[in-house]
Amino acid sequence: MADASSETIRSGEPIEMLLNMGPQHPSTHGVFRMVLWVDGEKIVDLEPHIGYLHRGSEKLCEGEQYHQVITLFDRMDYISNFNNELVYCQAVEKLMGLTVPERAEYVRVILCELNRIISHLLYVAAIGLDAGAMTPSLICFRARERVQTVFEAVSGARMMHNYFRVGGLKEDLPENFEDMIGELLPLLRDDVEESDKLLTFNEIFLARMKDVGTISADDALDYGLTGPCLRACGIDYDVRKAEPYSVYDRFDFDIPIGLDGDCWDRHYVRMQEMYESLRIIEQALAQMPSGPVTSSLGRRLIRPPRGDVYVRAENPRGEIGVYLVSDGTDKPYRVKVRPPSFCNLSALKHMVKGAWLADAVVILGSLDIVLGEVDR
Amino acid sequence: MTNPSPAEHTGDELTDTESLSQPRRELLALAAEVFKEFHPKPGTLHDLPQLTVEPEDMAQVCRLAKEDPRLAVKQLLCLACVDHQEYFELVYILHSLDPEWILAVKTSVPYDAPRLPSVTSVWRAAEWYEQEAHDLFGVTFDGHPNLKPLLLYEGFEGYPGRRDFPFHEYQEF
Repeated sequence: MADASSETIRSGEPIEMLLNMGPQHPSTHGVFRMVLWVDGEKIVDLEPHIGYLHRGSEKLCEGEQYHQVITLFDRMDYISNFNNELVYCQAVEKLMGLTVPERAEYVRVILCELNRIISHLLYVAAIGLDAGAMTPSLICFRARERVQTVFEAVSGARMMHNYFRVGGLKEDLPENFEDMIGELLPLLRDDVEESDKLLTFNEIFLARMKDVGTISADDALDYGLTGPCLRACGIDYDVRKAEPYSVYDRFDFDIPIGLDGDCWDRHYVRMQEMYESLRIIEQALAQMPSGPVTSSLGRRLIRPPRGDVYVRAENPRGEIGVYLVSDGTDKPYRVKVRPPSFCNLSALKHMVKGAWLADAVVILGSLDIVLGEVDR
Repeated sequence: MTNPSPAEHTGDELTDTESLSQPRRELLALAAEVFKEFHPKPGTLHDLPQLTVEPEDMAQVCRLAKEDPRLAVKQLLCLACVDHQEYFELVYILHSLDPEWILAVKTSVPYDAPRLPSVTSVWRAAEWYEQEAHDLFGVTFDGHPNLKPLLLYEGFEGYPGRRDFPFHEYQEF
């Protein structure tokens, strides 16, 4: 704070104050630090500081064999592990020209969509807490726990599954999977509906979220926003529809969009996406064929041919892109990840300028960032 | 321990645009036409259309891609930097919404003088991408408003993205 004598304060001249938030702060969703210039309660400027969780994941990928890299992808966006594994496996498969058995594709879609739901549920829990609502977080975590129990039965781990393989899956689903998921889905739907009812149209929540952190469609595109953050601005773009990967072209689902690009629209889009994901899962379960889940490749060491490939997929947070360069050896030459949170976070500065200090927390929460992916 | 059979692509095939689907081949021809003053070299990034241009033209190419109504690129989706030991290759992934497509634009800069114009004036998304490439590879982007460390801390020595950066050695913070 500038040396403000009592006269300057009384004269009513604006005084800018520098406020540090994070890196250890409960509302920064990880180790993220921002320095805010505030004039009273109004935010004048913001400087984000990232990199606290930089582990050099992309560089580490260059030192691991193709199948070992999957574990590193698990740890980038650690809330949506399956989605991350999928995009990496697809990149290697595309480079090698591999076809994945149909059953494996369906299992991947089911797990990825379940992962999308629990990732959004974590967002709902966090935004509830940010905006001052405690109860939704309890419901969301209960629901997450149920899904993670299924994930554990399938892959052996609640998180960091390491279940997808280049060309398929590690192993087939457990025998009682259908019973488990049959039991899970109605409960999950109830929990999603309950948190939706508690939060989305709640008057206090609307007051905190509506017309806060607005970004126009043009600015959103300029900053490279994707996923729910872009769709909240009214742009109907989802990789699952635009360039269907895996077996997404076989399902009937809608892309929810918002109108104004504010915090509430981002929330609404995510809420609706959970219902759409449930629709996809139900269709996928009905269509899922039996058969093998691994390609002819088996567990052999892989050496993709020389070349490069760019693959994109729709993660819960937005579009993830993987640019993979192979030099023909058993380790990738270069792996570049385009993390959705990284781009979404870069627009934070634009969104909070002129907002109230208390809204900065909500705006950051509505972007739903994962720092493991931002910093890599 | 052998290379499995489905892999029949080789590096040489990558210059052959015949492997592209019909709409993507048309897109490549259109983009080559729009950028013809910069003499782009058409190619393929596996199944994506790709153009290679000179590094000094990069900012102008991007501006033209955004402003030309035939392309109307909306987003810079990705900027990847690859250390090829003798040169750095930069891959820009451009994205258009209507019609929906992505296009790769590549350029290379020499290893000992990695410099090229910044595209931050075209897309603000480039700001962090370029800062990251500067952090990890030491590529300098002329015209970038603020090239200070983004992922690394102030005073970090070396460029950890480069191939010759030691893998398992640590610097004291």
